[in-house]
Amino acid sequence: MHWPIDLIVLTFVIFCAIAAISVKDLLGTAILFGAYSFMMCLLWAVMGAVDVAFTEASVGAGVSTVFFVAAVFRTSRRTKD
Amino acid sequence: MRFLGFIIVCLTGALLLYGTGEFPDWGDPNSPASIHLSDHYIEKAVEETQVPNLVTAVLADYRGFDTMFETAVVFCAGLACFLLLRDFSQKKERFYRHTPTGVILHVKDSKKILKVGKEFEHMDKDWVPSDLIIKTVCRILIPFIQIYAMYVVAHGDFSPGGGFQGGVIFGSSLILLAISYDLKTLVRRVKEKVFGIFAALGVLIYVGIGVICMFMGGNFLDYSRLAPLVPGDPHHIRALGMLGVEIGVGIAVTAAMAIIYINIVSEGRHDEGL
Repeated sequence: MHWPIDLIVLTFVIFCAIAAISVKDLLGTAILFGAYSFMMCLLWAVMGAVDVAFTEASVGAGVSTVFFVAAVFRTSRRTKD
Repeated sequence: MRFLGFIIVCLTGALLLYGTGEFPDWGDPNSPASIHLSDHYIEKAVEETQVPNLVTAVLADYRGFDTMFETAVVFCAGLACFLLLRDFSQKKERFYRHTPTGVILHVKDSKKILKVGKEFEHMDKDWVPSDLIIKTVCRILIPFIQIYAMYVVAHGDFSPGGGFQGGVIFGSSLILLAISYDLKTLVRRVKEKVFGIFAALGVLIYVGIGVICMFMGGNFLDYSRLAPLVPGDPHHIRALGMLGVEIGVGIAVTAAMAIIYINIVSEGRHDEGL
């Protein structure tokens, strides 16, 4: 049976995106953004854009998560709204 | 106000979804993107540039001018972080640890500076004891990450990768050093000035290669004009030019990532971080 892997990954992307804007804890949001980027990376790889997937994995899931965590570390962890 | 915002978001989303209906199908051979330039790139790129990875050929050669300004954007991001966040004022209270006994000193007088060396060591305010396992694993891992980053830059012509990815991986190896030890270790190993110079140097290498091409009588970033300067097969000169450009991008991105991380995590004081 052929698995519709792109649809499964796309569902995860949407779940991560909704979770990232609804979670109150900003550290959790940073991690969810990392997960979102990784799912996007898988999606690019499924579509055959390996270069973009590589960039997404290194920049989106790797370094920008670290920047978010660093920014949360120096500001507040709870969001007001 | 919230309700109004929600309605606006819904309307914009509906408009966007409506707009996607007009899009050509995924991989449609008759879509405008596939009929004008793609054919030329796919059929002629290897012949014209001797680079098997089409994405690199398009990014670094056909669209080289575009990529140059992308590098400049990354450089500007690092510069903006430095200008906005850098704080040269010394912190008033400091913490030191007497290494032989483990006693922690809290110095509130801003003028009193203990000499850091064998006897005393700096300590962060929210200090966690550095874990031996994490330190050792990271110490072994970091050289491999850096070699992999250089491989990604150097092999960008043949496989996925290139300057941006390699630079980011190299930058994250420096960030890993700062996280696993402490920020002071990184700042002591590589001076702030060095990062600044390297960020500018990367952009300069890119622009410099373009300017050399102009001096050799070609257009800006026309790598084929470099052939008299480089020994070897003149057919591969475009691949070599792209490699030089990618190295410039890698250096600029590495330094910019390190500058952004150090300035964000220490609020610009470069003393203590995650």
